[in-house]
Amino acid sequence: MANLTLVQAINLALAQEMELDDRVILLGEDVGKNGGVFRVTEGLQARFGESRVIDSPLAESGIIGTAIGMAMAGLRPIPEIQFEGFLGPAYDQITNHAARYRTRSRGSVTIPLTIRVPVGGGIHAPELHSDSPEAIYAHTPGLKVVMPSSPYDAKGLLISAIRDPDPVIYFEPKRIYRAFREEVPEDEYTIPIGEAKVVEEGTDLTLISWGATVLQCVEAMDKLPDDLSVELIDLRTIYPIDIDRITESVKKTGRCVVACEAPKTASMAAEIATIIQEHCFLHLRAPVQRVCGFDTVMPYYKLELDYLPDASKIGEAVMQCATY
Amino acid sequence: MTPAPNAKAAPRLSDTLPASTVTKWLRDMMLIREFELRTMAAYQQAKIGGFCHVYIGQEATAVGTIAAVNHDDPVITAYRDHGHALARGMSSRACMAEMYGKTTGCAKGKGGSMHMFDKPNHLYGGHGIVGAQTGLGVGLAFASRYEWEVLNKGSKKVCLCYLGDGALNQGVFHESLNLAGLYDAPVIYIVENNGYSMGTSIERGTTMAHDLSVKAAAYGIDFIEIDGMDVCTIYDRFKPFADDLRERQRPGFVDLKTYRYQGHSMSDPQKYRTKEEVADWQQRDSIDRLAHLLLHRSDEPRAAAIAPSPWHGSLSEDAYKQMQKEIREEVRDAIDFAEKSDSPDPAAELYTDVYANPQPNLSPLREYHHGAKNPLL
Repeated sequence: MANLTLVQAINLALAQEMELDDRVILLGEDVGKNGGVFRVTEGLQARFGESRVIDSPLAESGIIGTAIGMAMAGLRPIPEIQFEGFLGPAYDQITNHAARYRTRSRGSVTIPLTIRVPVGGGIHAPELHSDSPEAIYAHTPGLKVVMPSSPYDAKGLLISAIRDPDPVIYFEPKRIYRAFREEVPEDEYTIPIGEAKVVEEGTDLTLISWGATVLQCVEAMDKLPDDLSVELIDLRTIYPIDIDRITESVKKTGRCVVACEAPKTASMAAEIATIIQEHCFLHLRAPVQRVCGFDTVMPYYKLELDYLPDASKIGEAVMQCATY
Repeated sequence: MTPAPNAKAAPRLSDTLPASTVTKWLRDMMLIREFELRTMAAYQQAKIGGFCHVYIGQEATAVGTIAAVNHDDPVITAYRDHGHALARGMSSRACMAEMYGKTTGCAKGKGGSMHMFDKPNHLYGGHGIVGAQTGLGVGLAFASRYEWEVLNKGSKKVCLCYLGDGALNQGVFHESLNLAGLYDAPVIYIVENNGYSMGTSIERGTTMAHDLSVKAAAYGIDFIEIDGMDVCTIYDRFKPFADDLRERQRPGFVDLKTYRYQGHSMSDPQKYRTKEEVADWQQRDSIDRLAHLLLHRSDEPRAAAIAPSPWHGSLSEDAYKQMQKEIREEVRDAIDFAEKSDSPDPAAELYTDVYANPQPNLSPLREYHHGAKNPLL
C-alpha cells in the first residue's frame, strides 16, 4: 500500500501492465524522454526501452491510426493524446475506424486499444486544453469511455481498460492529477468498466457526478444542512453507463441532481435525466436538475471558475431540488 | 550501345516462373473482371446496397503485387477492394454475399462492398474514408516488426497498404509516411494511380503529379514507378523491391500507373474524361496482354515483340475457353449463393459485435414496438 496521487497511480498501473504483458506498448508526444506533458509516463522509457515507450511526432491522426494498426495485429497499444482538444485531428481514426472494426468485420478484427487523454478544466489553461468532450465519445457505439476521480479508481480502471478487448477512451481529470493522495494497493486489481460507485449513501436526494466534479460535490455536501441525506454517485464509467445503480438510487430518493463540466446541451447529464424519466418517472418528487458547464466555448482562465460547476452552484441546485 | 539484332535480353523474373503460376495470375485477373461485371449487373438490379466501386481495368495491380509477397504479410486497402479480397484468396461466394448483406458474407453482411475483411487471409479490410488506412498500415507493419524483433516470433514481414492517387492529398497519409520513415516500419504504400480522384484528374488535384518520387524522397522512403497494366512487369519490379524492404525492414512507396475503365462509383457521369481516353487504355488491357503471351497467338504483333519465355504459348485455346467457362460458372454460383443466403435477423444481429460483451443501455428492439418493455404501459 502506498499513498499516491492520481498521476502516480496511473504510472504504477502502466508499469505493472507492461511488466505483465510485453504486448502492451506506449506511444505519444513526449511520452518517452520527457515522461509526458503531465509526467504521467515518467521513467517508463528508461525502464522498458524505446521499442515499448515510443516518442511520436506531433501527429494525432497518425498516432491513433498507427495504434489501431498495432491493435489489429494483436498488440495492446496505449497512445497518449496530450489534451482532449487534440483528439480533434484523431477524431476520424477513433470514431470512423477504432470504434467500428468489431462490427464491420463481424468480430474477426478487434481493437484492444486504450487512449489516455487528460481532460477538463481548472488548471488555468485555454480552450482545447480544458474541454470536457466525454459525451461525444459516449455517443459513438463501439467505444467505451471511463473517467476516474481518485487514485484508487484510476489504477483499477486503467488496468481494466488495458485488458479490455474493445477500444477505451481513458479520460484523466487533469485538475486532480496531484490534488490529493490516497492509499493505492501495490498489487494489481481491476475495477470493472460499467460500474458506478456510491461514494456516500443517503436517502433524500441522489447527486451524480464524475471526474474532477466529484470533489466539488463532496465539498458541496459538507456545507448542506445535517438533516439532508444525500447519496453521492461517482459514475466512473461514462459508457456503458450504470443504469442499475442510478435508477436504484433515484427510486429510493425520488430526487436527483447531476453535475458535470461539459456544456449542458446534449451532455451526459441530459442522458442521465432521460434514463431517470424512463425508469423512475413515478418515483420522482422533483424534476432532475443539471449543474453543467455553459453552452459556450470553454472560456479563458479569468472566467474559468465562472464556467465550471463548483460547490456553491451544486449546493444551490441540491437545495432547490430537495425543497421543490 | 545498341544491342545486336538477335541478342537475347536477360530473362525477366516472371519468365523464370512455372507456367502454372502465370496461368493462375491470368485466371485471378479474369475472375476479378467477371466478378466485377456481375457485381455491376447485380447493383443495377438493386440487389447490392450501399455504394459500389469496381476494379475493372486495375486487376493487374492487386494480382501482381500480392503474388510477390507471402501469404502472412498483412494487406490493407481502400474501398475499391473486391479485387484485393479475391487476389488474397477470399472465395467469390463470401465476397458476393457480403455485398448482398447476407450472413454468409466475409463479415456476415455487416461490412458491405467497402469493407472486405478476411483475417485468415491476412486482409485487414477495405476502408471507406480516403487515406484513413495509411495510418493503420504503419501500425500493422510496426506490430509485425515488434513480433519478430522484440517478441522473437515469426519472421520479417512487409505490410502492403494500397491507396488511390486521391489519398495522396490526405493529411493522415503524410503523417503516416513520416511515422513509417521514423519508426522503420516495413509498410509499402502502393498507390494505385488510376489518374483520377473521383472526378478530378491527378494533375488538377495533386502537386508534382508527374513525379511522385519527390513525395517519397521528402520522407526518406524508397520509391519505384511501375507500369500497372502489365502483371509480369509489376511482379518483376515489385518482387525485388519488396524483398529488399523486407530484409532491411524499411517502408516503400510505389507509383503503379493504372486505369479504371468504369466510373468512380456506380453513379458517375464521367464528364471528366473522353471515351477515346478510356479506349486508349483498354488497348493496353492487362488481361489481354497476358492472355496473348500465354496463348502465343502468332498473328498478334504485340506477342511477337516480346522475347519468348518458357511459358509463352503454354496455354491452349481449348484450355483458355475452359478457364473462361469455369470462371463464369464460379461467379454465377457466387451470385446464386448470395441470393439464396439468409439475411441477418435484426433481433439477433443488430447489437452483435458492437462490443465484446453485450451492453446494458440498449434500445429495445421488437419489444419496444409492442410496448411490452415500456414501464409506463
